[in-house]
Amino acid sequence: MKKGMISVLASVISILVGLLFGLLLLIVVNPAMAFPKFGELLTAGVSSLPKLAKVLYQAAPLVMTGLAVAFAFKTGLFNIGASGQYTVGAFCALACAIIFQMPWWICLIASLVAGAVWGFFPGLFKSLFNVNEVITSIMFNWIGMMAVNLLCMNLKNAAGQLVMLPTAWVSSPIKDRTAALSYANPSAMIPKMGLDRLFQSNYMNISIFIAALVAVLLWVVLNRTTFGYELKACGYNKNASIYAGINAKRNIVLSMVISGAMAGLGGGLYYLAGTADYTIQKALLPMGFNGISVALLATSNPIGTIFSALFISYIQVGGESLQPVYAKEMIDIIIAVIIYLSAFALLTKNIISKYIRTDKTNVNAEPVPPAAPVPAAETGAVDSGEVPEKTVESEGEDK
Amino acid sequence: MSEYVIEMLNITKEFPGIKANDNITLQLKHGEVHALLGENGAGKSTLMSVLFGLYQPEAGVIKKDGVEVKINNPNDANALNIGMVHQHFKLVEVFTVLDNIILGAEPNKMGFLQKAEARKKVIELSERYGLQVDPDAKIEDISVGMQQRVEILKMLYRDNDILIFDEPTAVLTPQEIDELMEIMRNFTKEGKSILFITHKLNEIMAVADRCTVLRKGKYMGTVNIKDTTKEELSRMMVGRDVKFEVDKAEQKLGDVVLDVQNVTVPSKIHANNAVKNVSFQVRAGEIVCLAGIEGNGQTQFVYALTGLDKMSEGKITLCGHDISNAKIRDRSKLGMSHIPEDRHKHGLVLDFSLEQNLVLQRYWQPEFQNKGFIRNKEVREYAEKLIKQYDIRSGQGPVTTARSMSGGNQQKAIVAREIDKVPDLLVAVQPTRGLDVGAIEYIHEQLVAQRDAGRAVLLVSLELEEVMSVPDRILVMYEGEIVGEFNPKEVTVEELGLYMAGAKNMYRDVGAKEQGKEREAE
Repeated sequence: MKKGMISVLASVISILVGLLFGLLLLIVVNPAMAFPKFGELLTAGVSSLPKLAKVLYQAAPLVMTGLAVAFAFKTGLFNIGASGQYTVGAFCALACAIIFQMPWWICLIASLVAGAVWGFFPGLFKSLFNVNEVITSIMFNWIGMMAVNLLCMNLKNAAGQLVMLPTAWVSSPIKDRTAALSYANPSAMIPKMGLDRLFQSNYMNISIFIAALVAVLLWVVLNRTTFGYELKACGYNKNASIYAGINAKRNIVLSMVISGAMAGLGGGLYYLAGTADYTIQKALLPMGFNGISVALLATSNPIGTIFSALFISYIQVGGESLQPVYAKEMIDIIIAVIIYLSAFALLTKNIISKYIRTDKTNVNAEPVPPAAPVPAAETGAVDSGEVPEKTVESEGEDK
Repeated sequence: MSEYVIEMLNITKEFPGIKANDNITLQLKHGEVHALLGENGAGKSTLMSVLFGLYQPEAGVIKKDGVEVKINNPNDANALNIGMVHQHFKLVEVFTVLDNIILGAEPNKMGFLQKAEARKKVIELSERYGLQVDPDAKIEDISVGMQQRVEILKMLYRDNDILIFDEPTAVLTPQEIDELMEIMRNFTKEGKSILFITHKLNEIMAVADRCTVLRKGKYMGTVNIKDTTKEELSRMMVGRDVKFEVDKAEQKLGDVVLDVQNVTVPSKIHANNAVKNVSFQVRAGEIVCLAGIEGNGQTQFVYALTGLDKMSEGKITLCGHDISNAKIRDRSKLGMSHIPEDRHKHGLVLDFSLEQNLVLQRYWQPEFQNKGFIRNKEVREYAEKLIKQYDIRSGQGPVTTARSMSGGNQQKAIVAREIDKVPDLLVAVQPTRGLDVGAIEYIHEQLVAQRDAGRAVLLVSLELEEVMSVPDRILVMYEGEIVGEFNPKEVTVEELGLYMAGAKNMYRDVGAKEQGKEREAE
């Protein structure tokens, strides 16, 4: 069986297990309504065109944060800073739109650049001083969010008005969110190209197609170019890539820059839709962290992130239909359980690979023992032997 | 009492797609050293894992003293007094020697450790068998040879009397190997039985009483060492005649390819320099061997030569170009190939496919890329060519993951990649480490072919046999200095050993210095 097939199968099985657990939870909380509501959960996303539009609308930024995490995974880095990069990207897109009155595509580029800058610093510290990127990017999540809050509430225009807030544009008492693009700068809204009429929904625009295009682009970069080859070599084995004359330090920075740019663009895509305003945040935006689930479910394959983001978005939209029979918190827990178990794709993949061996004809490779042969009584549980499985798996065939 | 202390009769163990052990019988007598010989992948490790209870065989029985036993896990094996020194030591690096020895069998009173008791027993054992260790030293601070002694003491501490040694000499210096052989003989005098897993014929001839040979999972027979020869054993193991001599054409010396002048490399571990003022030349058409005991600066010198690390002083010239501070990629472009010491750390990206690994040094060349896009078709064709030409065996050809390949074939892939670059200078660092005789023979042939084709080869080796047979010239390195230069035809192993151990130096009198050092040590 092809490795690519195993990846897909693993993700599907994980999703099914996750859904089963979700159903069990529904039964525990309210047995009478469990089955009909579970049915709704599964079908809500395609029950009507507006619902489908919402699935696609939410999937677009998820694809991007998923790509951010997946791309970093592929190159041996864990970008947990997608949330911060996403927030900073969103702010720069909105600032370009509201303050500088730029058209939508320049705003998108601004979000891309802002995310890239936010990814650059963790990458730089990692490559120069070997500071773990997880720590730096978590810090940058908070720095990014707080800085954005601060700027939104303090940036003033020439007339001394708080330019990012609605008060500068219309008479409004609202002070905890940015001005809506519909009156601040309609030209900054991502074009709908008639899709809104087709789907009968204001949510629908071309963002999902932009996201999918970027995903395909990233796949090509990773699998078809020398640049991607170098990045992956660094990710899998930094020493070997240095030995082969690859500039590993530069590549670590570039990986984080690209990864950050993806998350930043996600922020731009979401807030330039014109249907949501940036609200002053007290906690990190969950979109960045959902990107981790998206990447795991896709086993870090850029193309896979499109589908896994669609799935997670679909479940989220489906969850809304459980109200009011189930409490909102309950729905969040159920969705979390489904996503959590779905993210076990990697584990499932390893289990499947163990049962279906692909290298039957391996002429003289020594069989790898299932565990390092350590007699427990002799050494305790400690074992420094090689661990053959990597946390980040390759996505399989290149075709 | 049965003649045999352990019998493994007709053991068959299958893995999906592979019959790792096919009807294998191994009988270990009381008080003998029994060698288990086979190439990589012949099923030695599997057989031992069965004995240790890590695998359950599909067929066959295990008997202890003539009584059938069931070994379901390592604890059962331990209860039967079977102990094993693994090839890769299973020690806790940050624990002391004593802590490691008692780990899992801690003497205690109501949960409180009784270390004094344990210490007494460990010291007693180490004196009785001549296994010098410092019970309070931390594992990370002691030498590999010492670590092995700790592993052996672990078995003795548990009163094991069936001792399994899995490739114990792979990590040892020649002197340490001799010591180990002596220790093994002492054990057998005490009535302990030893199973000695190896693919080094010389060691079997030196220490074993009998030898069981496996080939590709099949039992080839058990022979008395007294009645056999090295050649016969290798024929049983490989299935054909193996040459131990290396054929070389007459030497045609060319221009100087590599010129190393006064190279000094600082050490990463201590304040001294790891490489001190090393100068030599390598010319086209010769193999120069940098010999020495592990840890005498060879690794650091190669790092500086290949650009993996920086040197503090000196100059390196390759084909007339000063490469002292050149980037690794530039050195490669100027004609340097490097077969690295550690094939997993430097040589391969294990999660890449074989074809991706085969272009690791060349993917950026116009032949394999077009405007930054990898030309997959050309890469595939090139990989298939190398696989055929160098007989690299793998499960799925070019798309096999490097990780799933055997060590010998991984090394072949590296050798193929580095040689096919058509280098002016080939730097080969321990290219045969951990390989079986067939693969060693092959790699030696390739090195000599490079020499005969008029290229310069710098071989770094710890194996005396290799040092004596392959090169045209030997340079001995001791504590970061070159202490002697020899023609392998005119020097004996003993003489070489004295230089390697630092007892002799061609360029200065070492007596005074040595005495000073001894005083320091005390």
